[in-house]
Amino acid sequence: MALIRRRKPNEPSKTSVQREEEEEEEDNSKNKYPKKSYKKSKPKWSCLDNCCWFVGCICVTWWVLLFLYNVMPASFPQYVTEAITGPMPDPPGVKLRKEGLKAKHPVVFVPGIVTGGLELWEGHQCADGLFRKRLWGGAFGEVYRRPLCWVEHMSLDNETGLDPPGIRVRPVCGLVAADYFAPGYFVWAVLIANLARIGYEEKTMYMASYDWRLSFQNTEVRDQTLSRIKSNIELMVATNGGNKAVIIPHSMGALYFLHFMKWVEAPAPMGGGGGPDWCAKHIKAVMNIGGPFLGVPKAVSGLFSAEAKDIAVARAIAPGVLDKDLFGFQTMQHIMRMSRTWDSTMSMIPKGGATIWGDLDWSPEEGYVPGKRKQKNADTQKASQDGLESNISQIKRTNYGRIISFGKDVAEALSSDIERIDFRDAVKGQSVANTSCRDVWTEYHDMGFGGIKAVAEYKVYTAGSILDLLHFVAPKMMERGSAHFSYGIADDLDNPKYQHYKYWSNPLETKLPNAPEMEIFSLYGVGIPTERSYVYKLSPSAECAIPFQIDSSADEQYEDSCLKGGVYTVDGDETVPVLSSGFMCAKGWRGKTRFNPSGSQMFIREYDHSPPTNLLEGRGTQSGAHVDIMGNFALIEDIMRVAAGATGEELGGDQVYSDIFKWSEKIHLQL
Amino acid sequence: MASILRFRKLCYVEPVKFQFFQPQKFGKKEETVATEAKTALENCEKRNKRQPKERSCVNSCCCVIGYMCTTWWLLLVLFECLPAAFPGFQVPESPGTRLKREGLIALHPVVLVPGIVTGGLELWEGKPCAEGLFRKRLWGGSFTEVLKRPLCLLEHLALHNETGLDPPGIRLRAVPGLVAADYFAPGYFVWAVLIENLAKIGYEGKNMHMAAYDWRLSFQNTEIRDQTLSRLKSQIELMYVTNGYKKVVVVPHSMGVIYFLHFLKWVETPPPMGGGGGPGWCSKHIKSIMNIGPVFLGVPKAVSNLFSAEAKDMASIRAMDPGVLDSEILRLQALEHVMRVTRTWDSIASLLPKGGETVWGNLDWSPEEGYACDLSKKRYLQASAGDKDTNGSDVKMDFHVKESNKYGRIISFGKETLQLPSSQLPTIDTKEFLGTRTNRNTNSSCGGEVWTEYDEMCRETIRKIAENKPYTARTALDLLRFVAPKMMQRVDSHLSYGIADNLDDPKYTRYKHWSNPLETKLPDAPDIEIYCSYGVGIPTERSYVYKLSPNDRCRSIPFRIDSSVDGDEDSCLSGGVHLTDGDETVPVISAGFMCAKGWRGRTRFNPSGIATFIREYRHKPPASLLEGRGLESGAHVDIMGNFALIEDVLRVAAGATGAEIGGDRVHSDIFRMSDRIDLRL
Repeated sequence: MALIRRRKPNEPSKTSVQREEEEEEEDNSKNKYPKKSYKKSKPKWSCLDNCCWFVGCICVTWWVLLFLYNVMPASFPQYVTEAITGPMPDPPGVKLRKEGLKAKHPVVFVPGIVTGGLELWEGHQCADGLFRKRLWGGAFGEVYRRPLCWVEHMSLDNETGLDPPGIRVRPVCGLVAADYFAPGYFVWAVLIANLARIGYEEKTMYMASYDWRLSFQNTEVRDQTLSRIKSNIELMVATNGGNKAVIIPHSMGALYFLHFMKWVEAPAPMGGGGGPDWCAKHIKAVMNIGGPFLGVPKAVSGLFSAEAKDIAVARAIAPGVLDKDLFGFQTMQHIMRMSRTWDSTMSMIPKGGATIWGDLDWSPEEGYVPGKRKQKNADTQKASQDGLESNISQIKRTNYGRIISFGKDVAEALSSDIERIDFRDAVKGQSVANTSCRDVWTEYHDMGFGGIKAVAEYKVYTAGSILDLLHFVAPKMMERGSAHFSYGIADDLDNPKYQHYKYWSNPLETKLPNAPEMEIFSLYGVGIPTERSYVYKLSPSAECAIPFQIDSSADEQYEDSCLKGGVYTVDGDETVPVLSSGFMCAKGWRGKTRFNPSGSQMFIREYDHSPPTNLLEGRGTQSGAHVDIMGNFALIEDIMRVAAGATGEELGGDQVYSDIFKWSEKIHLQL
Repeated sequence: MASILRFRKLCYVEPVKFQFFQPQKFGKKEETVATEAKTALENCEKRNKRQPKERSCVNSCCCVIGYMCTTWWLLLVLFECLPAAFPGFQVPESPGTRLKREGLIALHPVVLVPGIVTGGLELWEGKPCAEGLFRKRLWGGSFTEVLKRPLCLLEHLALHNETGLDPPGIRLRAVPGLVAADYFAPGYFVWAVLIENLAKIGYEGKNMHMAAYDWRLSFQNTEIRDQTLSRLKSQIELMYVTNGYKKVVVVPHSMGVIYFLHFLKWVETPPPMGGGGGPGWCSKHIKSIMNIGPVFLGVPKAVSNLFSAEAKDMASIRAMDPGVLDSEILRLQALEHVMRVTRTWDSIASLLPKGGETVWGNLDWSPEEGYACDLSKKRYLQASAGDKDTNGSDVKMDFHVKESNKYGRIISFGKETLQLPSSQLPTIDTKEFLGTRTNRNTNSSCGGEVWTEYDEMCRETIRKIAENKPYTARTALDLLRFVAPKMMQRVDSHLSYGIADNLDDPKYTRYKHWSNPLETKLPDAPDIEIYCSYGVGIPTERSYVYKLSPNDRCRSIPFRIDSSVDGDEDSCLSGGVHLTDGDETVPVISAGFMCAKGWRGRTRFNPSGIATFIREYRHKPPASLLEGRGLESGAHVDIMGNFALIEDVLRVAAGATGAEIGGDRVHSDIFRMSDRIDLRL
């Protein structure tokens, strides 16, 4: 579009030329093409007409190609793929159908953060004509057309965490909410298609879409989403002959559903009033895909400086691009301002503090070397870890516990060598923001230089002090967030204070419902380096910019290092570290613990990542990446078997590739 | 689009290249490439004669296309730059905006029940020919697949001939959610305008629900196969609870009206057959039912559709261009295929006229007799003066008494049958030849599978049918039972078309009677309000003149509307179709009778005395092209964009009662017609 618009200015001149020419041509035809006039018109003719000629050629080719594409039989690409790579394995749906599997238990999908579509129901002037169009998900065309308007509509109210006045953005409902995130980028679509093969359809599948920007309890307050999910599960169980539902949450959906399970059994004013055995009656299994039960370190860097590994890399490649005022707006600041109004991002701040994530000197994953995994992949069968173990001890230990450290040297130094000055009481200086920064207001401008400096002086932050840091740099946001989420570990779960809804999404502060027959699965990919802790620096440009950024120059010398571009990586699915997705099922809930008083069965199913072999495979059928795993055939097969009635034991129990059990052992948590 | 643009970007670079070799290459040659749009082809021919190797023909063609593309893009750009509010054309303020300013806010949750045909259907499991269409819309949407593989599509749309459910290996399901019927095809709104206006006063997904169902199935089958009725019940209960115990306003459209009637009975019936909501369910959960374009008593169109797969529009196409429909375009017998598919849809049969001769008239009499079409046209021209009109119509009525339209004869063979008084008509009772049906021996030459049940009938029987001349609403049913026994057998177990003598007879507890307002009682819910909102002022099909089809080809439909039959200028007969007042699809009598008489006050059909209101909307065609389908339209589907209707719906949804929005609002003769119908109440 932009191109066309740019062309517009030339256009009048062009048409006038064209008109002249037409006149001339008319003369020509009257004179029956005398040679003289040809010569006259030639120079003018060649430029414009050649242009048009060229355009015409391209149009024709384009049409021919389009035509061919439409005529092409649908199975052609598959044919080509098979010719190159050999026959594809049957998709699990076809395979299991041959085995005779049939739809049995109704299935509920709970999408994660970001993947669900949001549509506009009421907006400001600038969003005219977008009624019931997707603002999030889909083609994202509007982001490019009117970015500021888009940011305004996607933001929530800074204080309530609900709709700003005059704007209503609501989740799309139905399976379309999250089947494709953008055209061609599947999320749930592959799973849905495979389930449909064994007889699932709309009446036995339900997409529990919710507004993923809101805090969990607010989805109920504003949209009654939790009530809807409850009523739908009840309906599906009733209309499917009493077969209990299989729940499949993905990513943040795992936390959301944890919240739901507590909510539904809590008495009416705050909860759903389903009674203490609602879950036992209605849920067969919860199959969490890549569930960040204990949070993700990425959420910290996202909230702290609106960046993560990918953005840091982009900055390293082309410094200045992101900081420049492209088209007059400051991209990062706008993103930060918008995402800080979303309460849901705070649900993923690491939970459990130093006990889980490690302190200055210790972390459960210490000794992990990415190279080890690679070697392990090479000879998959043998897990001769002893030999490798000795190698590891020689390598410098990585202090994963230091989630944020200022400077690479600090990240590596012994804890006794670090001089830390407490920032908590630091006086926040006078606001440095000049008026030009007003419209990209973030709370950093309230901090002043003093505050910023104090933050950097403290040097190292662990999972525990991260919270204090965020409270310091973004007091308003955290105030809102701490009314809805909690990040601690409960000493006494029977303490009546834990009946408050802010604890419901923290697995370390709630008990699982009393449903001994319910099975909980943790399905996640492993074998991809995943962000675990960050090396930060002060940003050089102090004016309107975010004062901190990931120090992408911090790199380790040797190859096997976990530090790359200022980010320490560990095993995981590219977004969620193994520890977060696996710990609860590996230890926290395993057997009868205080978090799992009724002894619901736990299963860990890990899927080793192997990247797609060629381009034609798309995003791969054996991927372990956070979202791409939804197309992993092994995972789909597991889900379908459970949906068709299999138990966790019948699937083969645990399937583990990573060191999750070893790491869980290292965590000292009272059970 | 993006890729085209990318190419265009290249074209800035390209001319430079061309200028380099242009003079050398073309300069040598005597001929030059003259490329102006008008002369291009002439040049082309000449040059071809002289120098066959010359590329210039292709070149000039390309050039022409180039010009066209460029112009097209320029127009596109201009269109994009166009300000939203066109200067000359003032868009009237939408009712939503106005009522919002008045202070109306969303109060009662709203349930929308779409009608036949307008709901989308998507594929969940199909035959190999439908590969790649998983969860794509086969019905509704852009219909590109219809054009690409029509036979495959028809195969998937058809239901099983005997059960009326899915054929093996095919699962086609209703699209859920508001998208199911907001737009039927891109740009052709159904519910979208209403939804948008409701949203303006605060409605959104949580208090607005589209009760989409598979409109091909019989009503009870939607529950058996998809549990649609259970879903609807659960949704209404949920919305009732989550919206602060506010009762629901239901807005059914077209066939949705009788679907919801079925639901009302279903939900209060005990479990094995019904929803088990108990006798108080409706009065507890429902505030009002705002039927739009209701088809309570069926439509005559359904008869002609099932009888010969055609209606007025189809007949006029045939009249204009005979042969198109009959010729085997791409070996495709369009009508026959359509008939084969539609006869598997039980829902069409639910639209057959109900109430027989009592309601629809017999050979000599009909409730609408005396209605003058021409007059009505005039009436619409001078839209304002209401009093004059009624006087005028009285006068005109006298005129027409001598040749009044015999609307009661829903199907008659030949024009002369129309004029004959009933005494001179052949008196063979339809029942008589029901037995004489000969078996499938005639059309063996066609071989292969049997498409429609006509293939199983011999020509003689067909001729006999035609000899019996006119059929009324009652005998038309017998006729259908005769020509399509299997279909009607299936249908008769799900639907019923009579009038109940005694509503307390236990047989009326069966679900086949639930969607017939003349055989059910309304629920015991005196607080509910029932609205009949429909358009008037458009000639609507009421009865047909048929003839035998001359075509003896295999698998052809032996009957067709005789489109050569036309009445006098101001007669209601045109193209073989008798017209009466209505909304282009539903005659007034079907839409309004129940609200005007059948349910008005405390009758045996309405024992608890539910209040009924008639809201008629006089059709006014759009003044200009810019208005699209009109803001004051009364046509069956276009009425969903009628601002007056939308305002009424919004007011009721925001809490107003029927009396507050003005009670009855009548333009047609519905009350007079209803009076003529002699129905025991």
